Amino acid sequence: MDRRRNLTGWAFLLPASILIVLVSFVPMIQAFILSLQTGRGTRLEFADPLWYNYQRLWSDEIFKQTLGNTFVYLLIQVPIMLVLAMVLANLLNNPRLKAKAFWRTAIFLPAAVALVSYSLVFRTMFATDGFVNDALAVFGVAPINWLGEPETARVVIILGLLWRWTGYNMIFFLAGLQNIDRSTLEAARIDGANSFQTFWHVTVPQLRPMIVLTAILSTNGTLQLFDESWALTRGGPAYATMTMSHYLYEISFQRNPNFGYGAALSYVILLLVAVFAFIQLRVGDKRD
Amino acid sequence: MTSVIRKLRDAPGYLFLGIWTLFSLFPLYFMVVSATNTSQDVLASRLLPGGELFANFVKLFAAQDLLAAMGSSFAIAAGTTVLALIVCSIAGYGFEVYHSKGKDLLMGVLLLAMMIPFAATMIPLFQVFAKLGMVNSLFAVIIPAISTPLLILLFRQSSRSFPSEILEAARMDGLNELSIFARIYVPTMRATFAAAGVITFMAAWNNFLWPRVILIKNEVQTMPMLIVNLSAGYVTDYGVLMLAVLLASLPAVVVFLVLQRSFANGIVGAIK
Repeated sequence: MDRRRNLTGWAFLLPASILIVLVSFVPMIQAFILSLQTGRGTRLEFADPLWYNYQRLWSDEIFKQTLGNTFVYLLIQVPIMLVLAMVLANLLNNPRLKAKAFWRTAIFLPAAVALVSYSLVFRTMFATDGFVNDALAVFGVAPINWLGEPETARVVIILGLLWRWTGYNMIFFLAGLQNIDRSTLEAARIDGANSFQTFWHVTVPQLRPMIVLTAILSTNGTLQLFDESWALTRGGPAYATMTMSHYLYEISFQRNPNFGYGAALSYVILLLVAVFAFIQLRVGDKRD
Repeated sequence: MTSVIRKLRDAPGYLFLGIWTLFSLFPLYFMVVSATNTSQDVLASRLLPGGELFANFVKLFAAQDLLAAMGSSFAIAAGTTVLALIVCSIAGYGFEVYHSKGKDLLMGVLLLAMMIPFAATMIPLFQVFAKLGMVNSLFAVIIPAISTPLLILLFRQSSRSFPSEILEAARMDGLNELSIFARIYVPTMRATFAAAGVITFMAAWNNFLWPRVILIKNEVQTMPMLIVNLSAGYVTDYGVLMLAVLLASLPAVVVFLVLQRSFANGIVGAIK
């Protein structure tokens, strides 16, 4: 009877497991093999040396640019977003706050909007003759060519990412805050801690698992950015805002498709995701 | 007196919440209002509703096959959601209720798939679907999204709260294992199904990269692809574009507003 049940269990989880193996693990291995090959279209052969595509990436100026862009988003946008998300979650967790449901819905709502949708709204608002410049003109600021200059274009992407994802991350911190023992906050207050000290020394340590989780998820997402680069800035000006995934798409599916080279680039993304997750898990654990 | 001080202390918080809420809502307001204005009015930053909604609709219909894109997007989102709920719920249930060392190990391996970026599987997936003659097929969009470790995890976690007494009682009554799952587990786990359903629907509706890769023919496109195509012309009609963006966003936003709690539980729930 137990044996039969055990088999039933396997039957239940097999379809899902086989699908994951077929659409994730098998292609991942194929991509690695592909990354060692050169040639166009379907006529591929192993490269000489085998790591030729990786070597080529190393001297590819556009790839280095997209790698740098991704790191700019990672190092500037992710920390700002997580701090903002934590502050907003704290404000929403205030028991005296009125109209809580309204604030939460309004701040969380951008998470429902498709990435290309908001990208096009931001593209429209930041057009040279668009809303943002009109609003700034009221304060006497001359029109800015937001999407035409590397720095300002990156600023627009970062603003867009903050808009889309801060509320999403706030939800994780809200869930984390609900598990915090209120008596620890009371104790801190009785000990004379002000609200910032309470937040920093009592709340933040208890939120650590959520901080690690949101950091890993955001890093993972940032390393794979595509839609914003494609629809908001189209990677431009030149390659100043293009992300690695956008360049990967260009190499693999536009002009002269080169699957081997694209696969090598995709493995750099895979490696970065793994390394960052490992570091963040390590750092997250150590402070215990 | 103390209440006045308290209110003063809360003031910066309210101010910050207010500013962020304005920042959150304004682009959405801008999108809705612009859908009712002409392109010139959008660029002139007219922030009041206009009378151009119908005219924009007419122009949108003339420029793009809106109904086909809506149809494809709905078929993909609904198909993915239904299949994902069936496949992942039964797997999550299986991993928890019949758990054994081997199954736990398999779960651990499957979880690793969460860390595989889609980019690293995209090219071989394209090659396989091309070999199968499924380029431009909606099934090719759906299949890679059916089974996800996150959803399996969500169902496995919630299966923990499924009382084993009910399971035993049902077995005593002579129900077979599949009917226990279908007739008892599924109806009691409505909340988990709602959470899993809403995150899957929204992800499928909003997905862009994979449909962009596998749907090559111009006539087969999803709503996100349609709006990007609309913006790619040399001259953009911003009123028409914002109307299309609004239509592309509306279904996911409505689902979100109705099932917001479920969505929040879905994205956080699997991890707890």
